[in-house]
Amino acid sequence: MRTIASASIPEFVVPGGARTRTHSPLPGFGLSLGITIMWLSLIVLIPLSAVFVKSLSHGMHDFAAAAFSPRALAAYRLSFGAAAIAAAVNCIFGLLIAWVLVRYPFPGRRLLSALIDLPFALPTAVAGIALTALYADTGIIGRILEPAGLPIAYKPSGVVVALTFIGLPFVVRTVEPVLAGISSETEEAALTLGAGRLQTFFRVVFPTIAPALATGFALAFARGAGEYGSVIFIAGNMPFKSEIAPLLIITQLEEYDYAGAAAIACVMLLISFAVLLVLNLLQHWQERRFA
Amino acid sequence: MAAARGLREPAAAKALLIAAAVAYVVVMLLLPLGAVLTEAFRKGWQLWIAAISDHDARASIKLTLLVAAISVPLNTIFGIAAAWAIAKFDFRGKTSLVALIELPFSVSPVVSGLVFVLLFGAQGWFGPWLQDHDIRIIFALPGLVLATVFVTFPFVARQLIPLMVSQGRADEEAALTLGASGWQTFWRVTLPNIRFGLLYGVLLCNARAMGEFGAVSVVSGHIRGETNTMPLQVEALYNDYDFVAAFAVASLLTLLAVVTLALKSALEWRHRDEIAARHH
Repeated sequence: MRTIASASIPEFVVPGGARTRTHSPLPGFGLSLGITIMWLSLIVLIPLSAVFVKSLSHGMHDFAAAAFSPRALAAYRLSFGAAAIAAAVNCIFGLLIAWVLVRYPFPGRRLLSALIDLPFALPTAVAGIALTALYADTGIIGRILEPAGLPIAYKPSGVVVALTFIGLPFVVRTVEPVLAGISSETEEAALTLGAGRLQTFFRVVFPTIAPALATGFALAFARGAGEYGSVIFIAGNMPFKSEIAPLLIITQLEEYDYAGAAAIACVMLLISFAVLLVLNLLQHWQERRFA
Repeated sequence: MAAARGLREPAAAKALLIAAAVAYVVVMLLLPLGAVLTEAFRKGWQLWIAAISDHDARASIKLTLLVAAISVPLNTIFGIAAAWAIAKFDFRGKTSLVALIELPFSVSPVVSGLVFVLLFGAQGWFGPWLQDHDIRIIFALPGLVLATVFVTFPFVARQLIPLMVSQGRADEEAALTLGASGWQTFWRVTLPNIRFGLLYGVLLCNARAMGEFGAVSVVSGHIRGETNTMPLQVEALYNDYDFVAAFAVASLLTLLAVVTLALKSALEWRHRDEIAARHH
């Protein structure tokens, strides 16, 4: 999984000066676009619209009662709050790891780089039970932290740990290519002009990678807020305390409260769309910087 | 970068930064990986083998393979079609189309499953009609496939689109000028050009398809031996406090993750430029 940021194509310029020609001589336009739009509608657009329609099926009043009940509000606070903390932690360590991977050749660097994508490849349920085994009072990390007054497993802090695990590759993979693209001349110039190494970092390097770092934060945040599998094993899942929003959706479904589940899903979808919008703005920011 | 090396951080600072990065990765990523394996083999090989050859475990392995075998090809065909339309032609609304294709990545897995319950569940839009005709989608294979297709929807497309955009259409135009048909051009020119990118996308799509938990959890109904995929079987065993068996099934999924990462890294090292559009 390369950076998601770089996958959203900024511009569709076909190299070779073919841009001016609007009509491509290649065949298959109708077929390929037809398949694309049909599949997109059937799998993504129509099903997603069901959430909005269903959530309003009992009227605005019931929607608000379900979407903004005290229990739902507590769940959003935990899901989005823990996702924000985890994304911030990942920005610090993700930047450190990206820096080390880009700047310092050392034995085992490729292995380290391959390992970064583990959270993408490891099924979330496996991550969940593995983290729980480590952070429970019998686990090798929990055994140290618990007597120190830092219980993690079955507490809200467990949610943060799980989301920190999940989000790391988003930051590393977004920052890495931008960091690699900084020309050494710029930094050399700063150093020659008498700036210290830290000064060079904060005045020259950091502003260049800031948009990428913000993009990584947003990606990790969006993923963390909706995360379910890695969290439910390590969180205590107590209503109002350690119950994440996706779990509350499942609870509502199990009680056959479809409209209630849809209302909470609606709020989560709207927030993720807002994050997506911010991401696109960040992308423009980043492109302007390199233009 | 070589010229700048003299101006770089002192060796001690460098060593310290490397050590901190490695330590963080070891504690955060490597320890959980190790925990799965130690827990799976805690009671010895025999119990591990017994756990994965258990009837329900084997059923879950078969179901996981079946769901992936249906979902991954569907999304591969879609991904190639989408990339062909977007990379080889100019039309209005292209940017929005790309954004919509990536939409499932920003939807919570639980919501991805929920949408299909709202459509096909007992009280969903088509629920009564499906019940009258005795068709089962939710709590059955079709629901698992739909949820999996939704969450893995963008993988192949988002790998191929930037790659094919960067390759342009000169090769295809040449083939057509020389008298090749449309399909011949696709099979002989385009497909060989994109094969490593395609493989890369399919690899990631498959890993997610086999490991998906949240979305399938909502539509599965958790019937052991019937609608439990491997990740769901892990949860069921774990909730029974049958930790050795849960970690044994989890160790198979961990193996899948490690193989995926190894193949992915190999592709990145050998065919970097053929996987993704060159980043500046």
